[in-house]
Amino acid sequence: MLKQTPLHAAHRAAGARMVDFGGWDMPVNYGSQIEEHHAVRRDAGMFDVSHMLAVDLGGSGARAFLRYALANNVDKITQPGKALYSCLLRPDGGVLDDLIVYFMREDWFRIVVNASTADKDLAWLKSLLAKRAPGLSLLPRRDLAMIAVQGPHAREKLWQALPGSRVATEALKAFFAAESGEFLVARTGYTGEDGFEITLPGLRAVALWDALSAAGVRACGLGARDTLRLEAGMNLYGQDMTEEETPLESGLAWTVDLVAPRDFVGKSALAAAPPTRRQVGLLLLDQGGVLRSHQKVVTANGDGEITSGTFSPTLGKSIALARVPTGVAAGDAVAVQVRNKELSARVVRPPFVRNGVVLVKE
Amino acid sequence: MNVPEGLKYTESHEWVRAEADGTLTVGITDHAQEALGDLVFIELPAVGRTAKAGEAIAVVESVKAASDIYAPVAGEVVSVNPDVVDAPEKVNTDAYANWLYKLKPANAGDVGALLDAAGYAKLAGEA
Repeated sequence: MLKQTPLHAAHRAAGARMVDFGGWDMPVNYGSQIEEHHAVRRDAGMFDVSHMLAVDLGGSGARAFLRYALANNVDKITQPGKALYSCLLRPDGGVLDDLIVYFMREDWFRIVVNASTADKDLAWLKSLLAKRAPGLSLLPRRDLAMIAVQGPHAREKLWQALPGSRVATEALKAFFAAESGEFLVARTGYTGEDGFEITLPGLRAVALWDALSAAGVRACGLGARDTLRLEAGMNLYGQDMTEEETPLESGLAWTVDLVAPRDFVGKSALAAAPPTRRQVGLLLLDQGGVLRSHQKVVTANGDGEITSGTFSPTLGKSIALARVPTGVAAGDAVAVQVRNKELSARVVRPPFVRNGVVLVKE
Repeated sequence: MNVPEGLKYTESHEWVRAEADGTLTVGITDHAQEALGDLVFIELPAVGRTAKAGEAIAVVESVKAASDIYAPVAGEVVSVNPDVVDAPEKVNTDAYANWLYKLKPANAGDVGALLDAAGYAKLAGEA
């Protein structure tokens, strides 16, 4: 039995094509994935992301615990509402999950993790808490829903749909969240566009969804979410990073603080084994197919593999994230094995698109 | 589900129309285009290629996935539709008007063994 979010009936009623995503029955599109993609780049779209799990870490010493549990340094977030992106690592440096942590108060941090990894993450964090900080509480918030509103007009359309939220959120800077009544509104996202991610009581989700729809925000499925995040050069857990690779091999060195004199799970493993592979972007130059995950990438420095590939609706070309030997650099010509052909591609530095602007040259 | 009468169908979601000149026109069904989503790339076989029944001879790719297209019966490819190569999204708009290729069957009677509209509707409904 697949799990359902509070918006499940609304998706069905809207004619969404549903898929099993990490055990959840989720909308992949409501008709055209490409039109939904363009709506987010040009105007405003909304996504039901209630399958992701918010977890509240509470108690005295929460910061010290996270300083050890997370690969990024939680000491970077000291202002209330400030968010931080981090990997959760295994002791051997493999990536258990990627997450966003919000600093609410010194005795309250909110962590948002992926749907398919939520149970694994909770079990891991509980075992770590038992050893390091048994006094802290870890509360999964399945009572909450999450709606992402994304696009150049997303913010004003939220204020139109929910006028009361404007005061609390108008001055929010990127990667900050603010409480507005029962809602937590964060200026974050997974599309490369401006917008908000709103966490709210599950019982209020349908009313907000309908109000956003009435304000002209287009419902978008996980299909468009995937092409948008890939254009934005953002990783997907399970594809672009897994337990088998370190964050340094997945384009996430910027999220790992090896400098500060703190110990954290996975630190010694990362320090002991410099990466032999790195993440790059690929732009397909030839006609002849679409780049997909697991296709072989042939480079002058050895073979690599595509971790995520798609057709980019904004570029009108196929793009990918790939893991290749460390000697490969932006500008290099490579070949990708697509079915029985080798197609030419160029190595580029992600992101491909940000805020509606194409950042890679042909 | 849009499954026109008068066409034949395969279990791999191609539709087949028997033409007066003895050739077979082949495309993908409306159910198939809907399942694949927005099509962005179509690769068609070379004219003159011969294929066995069930052989993969074309590829359609959507934003989501790549899917092989099979020869419904044994035969020789006698023409392909360049319009869908230039604009794959036409297949999403009307899967039955926008055919992929035409086949001259090795045995004229083979097409009779394919599914009829009712048989395909049942299969697609269960899929």
